[in-house]
Amino acid sequence: MQVLIPSVLLSYTKAKHVEARGATLAELLADLDRQYPGIRFRMIDEQDAIRRHVRIFINGEQTFDLIHPLRPTDSLAIVQALSGG
Amino acid sequence: MARSSSKKPVARKKKPAARARGKGPETLLMVATRKGAWLYRGDGARRSWKVDGPHFLGHIVNHVMLDPRDGKTLLVAAKTGHLGPTLFRSTDFGRTWQESKQPPAFPKVPEGQKGRSVDHTFWLTPSTASEPNVWYAGTSPQGLFRSEDGGATWEGVTGFNDHPNITALIGGPQDGTPDGPKLHSVIVDPRDARHLYVGMSGGGVHETLDGGRSWEPMIKGMEVVEGFNLDPSNYAFHDPHCVRMCPSNPDRLYQQNHCGIYRIDRPSKEWTRIGRSMPKKVGDIGLPMVVHPRDDDTAWVFPMDGTMVWPRTSPGGFPSAYVTKNAGKTWRRLDAGMPPRDAWWTVKRQAMAADTRDPVGIYFGTTSGEVWGSRDEGERWAPIARHLPEIYAVEAAEIG
Repeated sequence: MQVLIPSVLLSYTKAKHVEARGATLAELLADLDRQYPGIRFRMIDEQDAIRRHVRIFINGEQTFDLIHPLRPTDSLAIVQALSGG
Repeated sequence: MARSSSKKPVARKKKPAARARGKGPETLLMVATRKGAWLYRGDGARRSWKVDGPHFLGHIVNHVMLDPRDGKTLLVAAKTGHLGPTLFRSTDFGRTWQESKQPPAFPKVPEGQKGRSVDHTFWLTPSTASEPNVWYAGTSPQGLFRSEDGGATWEGVTGFNDHPNITALIGGPQDGTPDGPKLHSVIVDPRDARHLYVGMSGGGVHETLDGGRSWEPMIKGMEVVEGFNLDPSNYAFHDPHCVRMCPSNPDRLYQQNHCGIYRIDRPSKEWTRIGRSMPKKVGDIGLPMVVHPRDDDTAWVFPMDGTMVWPRTSPGGFPSAYVTKNAGKTWRRLDAGMPPRDAWWTVKRQAMAADTRDPVGIYFGTTSGEVWGSRDEGERWAPIARHLPEIYAVEAAEIG
């Protein structure tokens, strides 16, 4: 499925839209990390929590659940909740 | 720059300044800031500096360190305000960078339990020449990590991170510094790579003789904040800001603590407060501590205001380093070249460093984004860089 990448992670993907696969959000993030090593840990901590300013939307709905099931037709957006200076 | 006012005693030496005009190797200053890293290359005379940066613009960079064993490997501890922590490595002085494949991270705990997560890597220390490619990292919250492949992958030092008494050692979040409790001042004994010291804010100073499997506290003699009847045997009440081992005498360590300046001469296990001899108006509160590369009686501090609400700015707006040349018996003010007034500087614990030249170069960075240096052991100071972001760390090394 297509994944929208925020600007702060473009240093990994070099592209705003990338393709990744997985039956769950966790699998998709693992696939992203396989393609772009290191990208997952910038978004997900070692306790598998989505980091504080990272937001993940599946078909426009926000989720914090890494075992959220995915279908190939879903669209996924990773968003940075930018704040501060 | 304006000179010091006559109100402040200024001592000057002529000979070291003359020697500083000599040629020597290039000096590399590694400046870590809240918005990226900068490298400054000083010529042989340390008079002219070429800037290289920013690297990782927008990243919060807590430390940049050069591996003295190969003279070319740089490690950078970085994160952003919104992304998790990582490390970058360069073997060509920052022309290219590779990200760590496995940055420091605590183990994942079973479902339902509360595990720790690394917020940022705060401190980087290369091990000894006997352990090429081995590095240590101290994190926030307090964790100790080790790499055996030059920083590409990191594993926790389980004897420390899984210490049965870890909660008592590190205290709670309220015992740490405002941007997170930290493990810092990772020191490896050059005579024995299994002998390490670490400092924690909060948590005190601790020592291992077996490569990190077991740890002994070293807090005797360190004072806690007065007036609150705090138990000095509680590790979490201790806040060593910066601990340094003397390269010329690894049995001597100096420490700038939240509660004063200390020295210890091993095998003693008791710190002696040597900051009592600082001028009363200045006090002995501060963040960084720097030691001389060849003379274990000489060390520098950069005092901060520790009165009332603890502004941690230069006392009275008169910034100055202080030096002791007799292991802390007496201290001398070193402010020639610095602003004579109205300079409310803060110098963080990692933001003051020495090179190994003769005379020694001393460098510091302020939270207001200025890098200052002295080619003559602090006798005269001059700005090297201005208008940088908030400076978190300054390291110095000779290259070439």
